[in-house]
Amino acid sequence: MIRSSILISGDPLSLSRGAEATKLAIEAELVFYGLEDEVRVGYTGRIGNTDALPAVIVYPEGTVYGPVSPEAGAAIVEEHLYKGRRLEDLVLPIEVAPGAIEAPSAVGDMLSGQRRVVLKRAGTIDPYSIDDYIAYDGYFALGKALTNMAPNEVLETVKASGLQGRGGAGFPAGLKWSFVAQQPAPTRYIVCNADESEPGTFKDRLILEGDPHAVLEGMALAGYAVGANEGWIYIRGEYAMAKDILNNAIAAAEDMNLLGDNILGSDFSFHIHVHAGAGAYVCGEETALLNSLEGLRGIPRVRPPYPTVSGFRGKPTVVNNVETLANVAPIILNGVDWFRSIGTERSPGTKVYTMLGDVNVTGLVETPMGTTLREIINVYGGGMKGGKAFKAAQTGGAAGSIIAPALLDVPMDYATMLQHGATLGSGALLICADDTCIVDLAYVLMRFFAAESCGKCVPCRLGTLRMMECLERLRQGRGTSDDLEELQRMAQQVIQTSFCGLGQGAPVSILSALRHFREEFDAHVAGTCPTGTCPMSGPVETAVELHDYFSIERS
Amino acid sequence: MPQMINLTINGKTVTVPSGSTVLEAAQVADVEIPTLCHHPDLTPTGSCRLCVVSVEGMRGPTTACTLPAADGMVVHTETEEVVTLRRFVLSMLLTDHPNECMTCEADGDCELQRWVYQYQVPWPEHSGARHAYPIDSDPNPVVFVDMNKCILCGRCVRVCQEIQGCNVWDFSQRGFDTLVVAGSAQAMLDAGCESCGNCVAYCPVGALFDKPSLGWGRAAYQDKVRTTCTFCGVGCQFDFNLKDGKITRVTSAEDAPVNGLALCVKGRYGWDFIARPDRLTTPLIRDENVTDGPWPGFREAGWDEALDLVAQKLVHYRDTSGPDSVAYLTSAKCTNEETYLMQKLARGIGKTNNIDHCARLCHASTVAGLAATLGSGAMTNTIEDSTSESAAIFVIGSNTTEQHPVIGTKIRHAVRYRGVPLIVADPRRISLTRLPGCLHLQQRPGTDVALVNGLMREILVNGWEDTEYIAQRTEGFEELKETVMQYTLEKTAAITGVPAAKIAEAARILGTHKPGAVFWAMGITQHTTGVMNVMSLSNLQVLLGNLGVRGGGVNPLRGQNNVQGACDMGGLPNVYPGYQPVAANREKFEQAWGVTGLSEKPGLTVVEVMNGAHEGSVKAIYIMAEDPMTSDPDLNHVREALERVDFLVVQDIFMSETAKFADVILPATSFAEKEGTFTNTERRIQRVRTAVEAPGVARADWEILCDVGTRMGYPLTYASPAEIMDEIAQVTPSFAGVHYSRLDRGEQLHWPVKADDHPGTPILHIGQFTRGKGLFKALEHIEPQEAPDAEYPFTMTTGRVLYHWHGGTQSRRSKNLMALYPEPLVEISDQDAASLSIADGDAIKVASRRGEFVARARITDRVAEGLIFSTFHFPDGNANWATGAFLDPVAKIPEYKVSAVRVEKLA
Repeated sequence: MIRSSILISGDPLSLSRGAEATKLAIEAELVFYGLEDEVRVGYTGRIGNTDALPAVIVYPEGTVYGPVSPEAGAAIVEEHLYKGRRLEDLVLPIEVAPGAIEAPSAVGDMLSGQRRVVLKRAGTIDPYSIDDYIAYDGYFALGKALTNMAPNEVLETVKASGLQGRGGAGFPAGLKWSFVAQQPAPTRYIVCNADESEPGTFKDRLILEGDPHAVLEGMALAGYAVGANEGWIYIRGEYAMAKDILNNAIAAAEDMNLLGDNILGSDFSFHIHVHAGAGAYVCGEETALLNSLEGLRGIPRVRPPYPTVSGFRGKPTVVNNVETLANVAPIILNGVDWFRSIGTERSPGTKVYTMLGDVNVTGLVETPMGTTLREIINVYGGGMKGGKAFKAAQTGGAAGSIIAPALLDVPMDYATMLQHGATLGSGALLICADDTCIVDLAYVLMRFFAAESCGKCVPCRLGTLRMMECLERLRQGRGTSDDLEELQRMAQQVIQTSFCGLGQGAPVSILSALRHFREEFDAHVAGTCPTGTCPMSGPVETAVELHDYFSIERS
Repeated sequence: MPQMINLTINGKTVTVPSGSTVLEAAQVADVEIPTLCHHPDLTPTGSCRLCVVSVEGMRGPTTACTLPAADGMVVHTETEEVVTLRRFVLSMLLTDHPNECMTCEADGDCELQRWVYQYQVPWPEHSGARHAYPIDSDPNPVVFVDMNKCILCGRCVRVCQEIQGCNVWDFSQRGFDTLVVAGSAQAMLDAGCESCGNCVAYCPVGALFDKPSLGWGRAAYQDKVRTTCTFCGVGCQFDFNLKDGKITRVTSAEDAPVNGLALCVKGRYGWDFIARPDRLTTPLIRDENVTDGPWPGFREAGWDEALDLVAQKLVHYRDTSGPDSVAYLTSAKCTNEETYLMQKLARGIGKTNNIDHCARLCHASTVAGLAATLGSGAMTNTIEDSTSESAAIFVIGSNTTEQHPVIGTKIRHAVRYRGVPLIVADPRRISLTRLPGCLHLQQRPGTDVALVNGLMREILVNGWEDTEYIAQRTEGFEELKETVMQYTLEKTAAITGVPAAKIAEAARILGTHKPGAVFWAMGITQHTTGVMNVMSLSNLQVLLGNLGVRGGGVNPLRGQNNVQGACDMGGLPNVYPGYQPVAANREKFEQAWGVTGLSEKPGLTVVEVMNGAHEGSVKAIYIMAEDPMTSDPDLNHVREALERVDFLVVQDIFMSETAKFADVILPATSFAEKEGTFTNTERRIQRVRTAVEAPGVARADWEILCDVGTRMGYPLTYASPAEIMDEIAQVTPSFAGVHYSRLDRGEQLHWPVKADDHPGTPILHIGQFTRGKGLFKALEHIEPQEAPDAEYPFTMTTGRVLYHWHGGTQSRRSKNLMALYPEPLVEISDQDAASLSIADGDAIKVASRRGEFVARARITDRVAEGLIFSTFHFPDGNANWATGAFLDPVAKIPEYKVSAVRVEKLA
């Protein structure tokens, strides 16, 4: 009889800080008190703020402790589980920052503003336990589809739900599925794009680490809808834990006949494989991903043909993002009306954001589509750090646009953002306070693209470098007004001529920065940095890296 | 028929098949769109972005090379916007490209230079990063690499992958540091490079270049002469580049009918033998008093003296010892016209049918075997249809990628890109066997009849034969069936050493994938059962109904550049040109040539000529461009024969091994110095053209033959080879419509060409076999002549390597080829090398009952235990010191492929 359950953060950072020793200490102490059959112990993804790692959640209370050393772990067993009293000293001060976003929903009121569809179970269930998933409605949608719905009904339901691809482009998922379903080929594939390489984005990792079966069930439903019997998860190489969790989940689901041949006794068979990438940003682009998945160099393919016609191994292929797939089972289970009741007319459902930068609380936020940036910063981010003023935000990752305060109150969904010349992208939100040098930010972003350009096409390979060089001159106070002209011109031409989204997205931040913060660039040309934070202002310190911006540990 | 669509490009309406790209449509509309990464032979990648065009209704400019044309599309190719973008792309490329047009080899041919000029892109000065890669960064002796000039268009990557099938080049790194590397950033040769130089041919800039031609002048400003390659029977064409009367480079040509831009290492880089200083430049007459100088044992002579001596001696022996005491060897390397003249000289003036050539040593069994079963002894189909339209490919006894490299690459392409199932039967694990999915039947040498019988039994047992075809078009089926039904899987496996399951699988593939094409070469023919082997393959293809159809055929791959033509032109002891038997056509040719007393008795074959010389019945031999002292079996015997013969004339371009025994040596011209035609393996007749002048007073073989004939008393006077061809057309029904005027117009003629308005016959036996009914020949397995025993425990098989050709007279004189393959190597298995304590590169002695030779060992898994492989390209280490003259009873071809030998490590 299980009466309690302990989840330990097992992400790489926690592991590097001794999460494994903590887990061993907890398990040893449970044996010491004879509780090993009553208390279950497992890993989950990251919990809480960075300085609280490794963290531990004790259910059913949902108490979050952190950071938990092996000694503290033993103490938690003795005090909380054996004697029944909280270790107040170690309880995470989550209450201080309303909207602490990585804490589990079970924590209750603090997260009341969030609407959790995708992250419903993450942090609540043991990701290594298929029983936990099933207990929380898991595989009900697949069961419902296989017993009560024709493939086409599943497809039509997803179509009617208005679910848009959460990878960044917002393409209607049901429409994409229908393209694949239409193809006459006997073999089709479902590919889950889990190569989450966008700087500052880690929503997919949290979904995979916290609720792997949600993605597997979504893939199986997609396979059923379009007539595919094989699925591949292309996972970012660094996501070792998520990969392990996925492989475990696939094995467990196959054991229970929820994946594999003749699922639940039906005619439908579906097999899922996991393939780890080797660390290239461009492999998030779906055709580069497919190349990489086939063992080729990860560079984008010529389109047409699109993957829906000729994708993995030349067969019609659905390529969907993790978050997109995690939305499928809830839609099938709860119906179109339920899904459409969340979010906006044009973009139903929720969006998972990863918020970084100058806010008090960084991390994951899931809110209905249409939430404004101001609300996200104030409610879930706990406001601007140190009371600084909001200057700019970059939405959608490194390829997103830099937006000015004027857009703080725009309800964010794919279409509305586009109308304002901005993008929702992967859901990364980089919040910058007024001491951020936009020129420096633009330089660091462009250095990222110059490094990550796959090198295939001329404009991206050389254009990103030349733009970076231009920005470097500007941030070092060596730039001229010609450089600014040149930068603007190059940015437009790289967008117009680049082969894939990488090159087409790389200059977006520059163009938007030039549009909203032109005077700051002009000031650099004139010899001053208004914020006084970039290299031209003092002894040159050039070691600023992209992760200095896109880090939840940014000071 | 594909649906046709209409679109408008720059106001011009054009109709193209749906599926065309906008770029292709623009070409139809005669609108030029600039490109760099695009090449019509290669898969589009859309990477250079230069071909951006503006399409009405589309959001922005898009690349024409990747955009499918659509009905009603309105395209503008030179709007201000797209021109600006092109200038941007070119300018970006220049920011990391050296400004070295003044010294660049590619100047004038460079596509980047061309577009930069056309769009007037100024040189972009900048202080940013530039690459400084090492120049000449790869040690490959023929391919020059300068990555500083590389624009990363990826053509080299694609040509190596898609056309050559070697996958040597690929991109490495990313972003600005992206560069093309060989293998895992290795030397090209270590990465599996075959040194074909096709990457050079497709490189749009000066990043890759032909190393031997560096500094010889830019191709763009040189004269070019289109000719046909001399290095094998595929019939590739290319352009000699000429400067100051010298050959500077070979460049391939998109409009070459067989090969396009592709060539192999020999064709592209083997040309430097032509201008070697040791070419024969003047007639030589034996004089033992001469002991020094370039030709010890010979003195230089004038043409008159030499020709008079030759004519006088040939007449003398004809008249005193009888016409059949003189033998004439024509050459598979010379032109059709020259072989025609040689056999006319032998028959019309010499009154003997003692005319033969080295086809005796390669495809005599094919000619005899196929003539018997089908009525025509040549490849039935074309290279193109047999590789690109076949549903299955069966290669038996052909190391295609090394001996017929361009056909080999087409087979690779069929397997990789069309997914055609490939079966390779070969005792060695040759390159083709490493293709994905290849079914390798590693038979014991000399067991081909049994293997094919076993395949046919499986086909019959499963009902995969073409019953209707058999009933309507063949004879002898019941006899065949009776014989092959005895070759059960178990029995066949026991004889051949091939596992029964593999035989069954091969039969299933052939039986269920039609049409299938069969290819073979010396592995089939050079056996005492050579004719039977060939007839077995004919049986198989007739059984399956694979003859007379596109994508099928029996396809013997002819080894030498004009071995097909030398046979066609009557360079055989039993037939006049066009395979007209000597017995039945005496009067016709007496009349045509205005002579009397033509012999009706078939003459001696190559090996029989040597035997005759050895025993004294052959007194004089006139050898044109052949080297029996290299290419014949049992060289000790050949040496004795050449020493004994009374009078030996050798006409050649080099002092060959045979020429050293000559009484008179006549200096002839190479293929680059004369006019003529070669007939390739698929019976395609192609022009050979004069590029450079002959060295010294050397003269074209046809001119020499005319003079010898005239001095023997029968005027042979032709103004040009074109006139000779006109005479050939008159006396040869299968060449009746072949004339230089047609060839020079670009007509592609495969014989038979029955009349001046006949288009030629690319595929034989359509509707009906040449002999009427296709004949099945029931054949039983016969063991090879020589089996390994305790004293000679190894089986030696022989062949060629990619980098050399035939006896090596030419290829050994190419510095370029010698840099790649400098000495003979004997392939030996790991196990055998270990048991004999032989290390890779050790000198070993190979000995048979007849002779021995020394060469270095190459330890490889290409040969199985008990088998060794060696070549005959080098005078030392020549396998023919050990081979035996065991002959096929019909074709008189020696069994080069099976000799029992002993192997010893040299101290």
